[in-house]
Amino acid sequence: MTLTAADVAEIMRLVEQSKFDELNLEIDGIKLTLRRAGASAKFAPSLMTPPGRLDAVADAADGTNASAARCETAVPADANFRDITSPMLGTFYRAPKPGSAPFVEIGSVVHEDSVIAIIEVMKLMNTVRAGAKGVITQILPADETLVEFGEVLMRMRRDP
Amino acid sequence: MAIRRILIANRGEIAARIIRSCRTLDIEVVLAVSSADRDGEPARQADRVVCIGSAKSADSYLNAAAIVHAAVATGADAIHPGYGFLSERAVLPQLCARAGIVFIGPTAEQIVAVGDKLRARAAAETANVPVVPGGAANSPAEAVALARKISTPLLVKAVGGGGGRGLKLVERLEDLPKMLDLAAAEAGAAFGDARVYLEHYIGCGRHVEVQVLGDGAGRVIQLGERDCSVQRRYQKLIEETPAPGLSAAVRDSLRQAAVRFAERIGYLSAGTVEFIVDAQREAFYFLEMNARIQVEHPVTEAVTGIDLIAEQIAIANGSGLRLQSEVRTLGCAIECRVNAEDYRNDFRPSPGRVRDVSWPAGEGIRVDTHVVPGSSIPPFYDSLIAKIIASGPDRASALARLRGAIGATHISGVHSNLGFHRAALDDPEFQAGGVDTGFVARLYARRPDLSEQRTGGAAHG
Repeated sequence: MTLTAADVAEIMRLVEQSKFDELNLEIDGIKLTLRRAGASAKFAPSLMTPPGRLDAVADAADGTNASAARCETAVPADANFRDITSPMLGTFYRAPKPGSAPFVEIGSVVHEDSVIAIIEVMKLMNTVRAGAKGVITQILPADETLVEFGEVLMRMRRDP
Repeated sequence: MAIRRILIANRGEIAARIIRSCRTLDIEVVLAVSSADRDGEPARQADRVVCIGSAKSADSYLNAAAIVHAAVATGADAIHPGYGFLSERAVLPQLCARAGIVFIGPTAEQIVAVGDKLRARAAAETANVPVVPGGAANSPAEAVALARKISTPLLVKAVGGGGGRGLKLVERLEDLPKMLDLAAAEAGAAFGDARVYLEHYIGCGRHVEVQVLGDGAGRVIQLGERDCSVQRRYQKLIEETPAPGLSAAVRDSLRQAAVRFAERIGYLSAGTVEFIVDAQREAFYFLEMNARIQVEHPVTEAVTGIDLIAEQIAIANGSGLRLQSEVRTLGCAIECRVNAEDYRNDFRPSPGRVRDVSWPAGEGIRVDTHVVPGSSIPPFYDSLIAKIIASGPDRASALARLRGAIGATHISGVHSNLGFHRAALDDPEFQAGGVDTGFVARLYARRPDLSEQRTGGAAHG
């Protein structure tokens, strides 16, 4: 059997509602790692990279992408899915302000104009909108990390 | 604070050039790229690459906020702006200061001071550096009165500009009002500043510039001059050092004038003071100062053995400025700018994908490039693909090496100006040395084959 996007969304919802910060799941050779955004300080590199080799930054990024990549094996590329890319380089924020609820979660229903994130560039906050109707299926960058121009922020399943 | 990681806010050959110095100095490189340059050679060489915006320069290489944000987020200590783009915009050092990032270049105040050509003229006069007769033209009446005094031919120039934009030649006084309007409109569009000024036009001038380094505390050294008279529409094509045929007296007073000017403004980092030289009269006049590293800096490096990018980094680091007595020049160096443009077709840019390329190598040959087989030359930026520099104990040996090097260079997939360079280096006038800025026009008049267009063959059939 293969995990479908709906299965992943359902599992994520369960994790989200649970008191667990992390879930590792292995089914038929597919490894799925889920972590709650902001759950772990080591997992959300701060804006200021601590002094050290660039590798440290790369490692953190690899960590993020590793779980994303595993998710990808479960979410097939499909015309029904859409990537929401970053319109600019900046710091990715999932919530309007520290401590408040994120704009969207996995499974959130969004409309074209729904704000899904904020990109901050030199203290200037820019909103990112979903751009289409559908359901958020994946959130790629960790909260409060650097995203580049064109980087995929989220994936969504379009409503037919 | 020691600079350990530099973000380069530029592209092309200069990005590759700065990376090379960073490698020597064991400094890590973060390269800020536009989406058009993600797969380029400099991106492959950098330790980390961040995409700061779309291919459009305004979104990426001119986006100061994104560049400084990227520097902070990647833990860079300093930003090197290269040349062009934001290198002479005060906003970049200003944002850097706010974010605690070192700007490798002059202060924002110095950029503003030399960017305003009238202010720069005034500073030159105060520093006892001769300027071309001219001045401000705040009203048409004032302009006409001034034009009578300095006499035609004259140039209408943009106060906020450079690079030939907003520049108009006036040969007859009655054309002045029309040219003032044209220049002001062009200057307003290009620089957001429609102010213009007048200068007497020196027809057979040579463009000679002096490389300086300043510590920002009033001490300035010079690293000799470069002759950049081989130009077409104010775009330099061939540069060399030392300037051929200048008397020792003129050469020395030119260098000293550049130092006085830079001292006057307490210049920080590497800069170039440009002059127009009237070789017949043994006179020279201040034109402007370029507050950045220049495209043609390698010829100076070739004869001094000094890495100018490394000097910029050392000065930004607060490691101090070397002594004038440490600067020794040896021999001559000449550089050809290889552009992806069709020299037979009005030098029209020729972007595209380079199929094959072979660059020359050998004693006294240096090639600064970011282009390898398969490289893309995007249409969004300038067409410079390489600089080929030859040096030798004297001008004849440097020229012989350069001719060999240009002959050994092959580029396919895009048009290049290599054929122009072959013709220029073969020309007896260039070989004699000391040409003025009218050289390219004379060369084209002598060599009709240079303007024969490469059509499908039907035209010649």
